[in-house]
Amino acid sequence: MAVKDYIRQRFFPHIWCPGCGHGIVLNALLRAIDQLGMSKNEIVMVSGIGCSSRISGYVDFHTLHTLHGRALAFATGVKMSMPELNVIVPMGDGDALAIGGNHFIHAARRNIAMTAIIMNNRIYGMTGGQYSPLSGYGTRATTAPYLNIDHDFDIAEMAMAAGASFVARTTTYHVRQMADILKEAILHEGFSVVEILSQCPTYFGRKNKMGSAADMMEMFKKNTTPIGSEAKKENPDLIERGIFVQKDVPEYCSEYDKLIENAMKGQ
Amino acid sequence: MSKNVKFIQGNEVCVEAALYAGLDFFAGYPITPSTEIAEHMSLRLPQTGGKFLQMEDEIASICAIVGASLTGHKVMTATSGPGFSLMQEGLGYAIMTEIPCVIVNVQRGGPSTGLPTGPSQGDVYQARWGVHGDHAIIALTASNHQDIFSITVDAFNMAETYRTPVILLFDEVVGHMRERLVVPEPEEIPLVERLRTSVKAGVDYHPYLPREDGRLPMSDFGGVHRYNVTGLFHDMWGFPSNNSGVTHGLLRHLVDKIKNNVEVITRFKEYYLEDAECILISYGSSARSALHVMENRRSRGDRIGLLELQSLWPFPYELVRKKCANAKHIVVVEMNMGQVIRAVKRAVDHPDRVVLANRIDGFFINPTDIKNILRLIQGKGV
Ligand SMILES: Cc1ncc(C[n+]2csc(CCOP(=O)(O)OP(=O)(O)O)c2C)c(N)n1
Ligand code: SF4
Repeated sequence: MAVKDYIRQRFFPHIWCPGCGHGIVLNALLRAIDQLGMSKNEIVMVSGIGCSSRISGYVDFHTLHTLHGRALAFATGVKMSMPELNVIVPMGDGDALAIGGNHFIHAARRNIAMTAIIMNNRIYGMTGGQYSPLSGYGTRATTAPYLNIDHDFDIAEMAMAAGASFVARTTTYHVRQMADILKEAILHEGFSVVEILSQCPTYFGRKNKMGSAADMMEMFKKNTTPIGSEAKKENPDLIERGIFVQKDVPEYCSEYDKLIENAMKGQ
Repeated sequence: MSKNVKFIQGNEVCVEAALYAGLDFFAGYPITPSTEIAEHMSLRLPQTGGKFLQMEDEIASICAIVGASLTGHKVMTATSGPGFSLMQEGLGYAIMTEIPCVIVNVQRGGPSTGLPTGPSQGDVYQARWGVHGDHAIIALTASNHQDIFSITVDAFNMAETYRTPVILLFDEVVGHMRERLVVPEPEEIPLVERLRTSVKAGVDYHPYLPREDGRLPMSDFGGVHRYNVTGLFHDMWGFPSNNSGVTHGLLRHLVDKIKNNVEVITRFKEYYLEDAECILISYGSSARSALHVMENRRSRGDRIGLLELQSLWPFPYELVRKKCANAKHIVVVEMNMGQVIRAVKRAVDHPDRVVLANRIDGFFINPTDIKNILRLIQGKGV
């Protein structure tokens, strides 16, 4: 199928700014789905609120555009009630980890099979550039005019600590890797987390004098490195890309099926 | 004892009724005095092949049931005051997206953590207006186990009929009280099943284009029609729109589908209203004490009657007006500082004849409390 067969052309043009990284994620995701040969009817995309979350409107799957931060909770209901569906949950960094942080760690802990994609642009794009939990110490935002004193955290480390059985990171510069990782994440039988460093030239870029969208993507090339590379040893500040964990852990819906069997047997 | 007769808690009755109505997905978070609903669900649902989920909070609970309703299941969550407050955004989402679901609020004293084990009926207006923005809502209640059973089944039926969340506003007393329940035979109470679209695969399906009768046939997620669901104002495809015609039309539809059916939705019981000079109006557990007082006074020859409301929203203004037309005194009995009484005053021809018999100290309103008010009305003093 051509990638355009996965989108709802009727609903274009999209709302994203020129140069926004979110469109690149949409592109790579559809290529991954196409390469996996999945049928559109088996995919449910659940998103929250934010520029990133608008992705669900543009794709021709079953799509559920929900509340800020709550996408994983809605997705849990969809998946549990119909485990044969493939559930993909794209989220912004604020959506997934500020207002939605609690749902994030508990979905990871349950290891319920779905693909959580965090489009991390380190800012609240939709509301106009306020700092997010991922902005980081010393950055600027419309609510951090005197430099941000909030520390960020490492999404991948947190996902692993919470129990996610698949955790990976990539960037909008590394589109091939992005598609490959997304394929693995979708195929994984458990809770998969894919953090994608994405650029918001309009707010994060402008506030922090990072140049154009292309400059920001160049940055992703320069300040990241494959997991376990030599470069990382020499320069510990480099951000690692690749798959951090991919392990077999009993999946929540299949565990629940066993529970039902026992209940029906009266055990 | 026949196997259809049980002696159980009101909260358990609610669970049995939900299963009778076809519930197969429940998500919740424990909170007194509703917890037994979650506990009993965790035991009973898997036995019937259904699913019980204990979520990380009430926000997640209401979101999860909305997700599960979309795949074609009958769903419910249960909570009490603080949890009901947390659910408001999700409730508004279910209203906006027209997703059938049932939300039980076994009321306790509030605000805040309030009186976890004390009875109250303080959430009547929260049920009506807790959600931001204009909207309509259905809220039902009951005063005894047999009625909890039938009203819970009604709640599921109305959720499907109107594609809307329905609130069951119980209280601590009926929730925890044990009394006899005769479980209805299968099919004794008719069930409303989900109205699904007859549009075939490959033909354009408009998920948000109401039929002439206002109903919206659904297509299950995972089925042949793929569409968008959003809490933003949306057009007939479910795609976000801020076109003024679309916005106006959707809001009117959401409100009218309930407002225009007040009479069909209204549930009540009446006792001796024909010749009553004094009418007690009550609901939930308070109506038990009101019934007791009414029977007691009738036996002494007083012309007193009782109107027990079982649907609080949409409020049956016309019904209350008609029933109270000839009454000299109308006494609203409720465990709050005066909530349903506001609607009653708006409804009746002579609002000055309406007085309140209430209790707000976390203790159950008893017949003496009501009798004292009646004595005051009669100029007898207490
Ligand atoms: C309960 C609630 N609080 C706040 C908002 C306002 N809001 C909408 S999107 C957003 C942040 C979006 O940032 P992020 O999730 O990082 O996504 P981005 O727009 O950057 O892609 C906020 C705060 C909201 N819609 N709902
Ligand atoms: S504000 Fe930022 S995140 Fe939002 S569309 Fe524009 S570039 Fe993208």
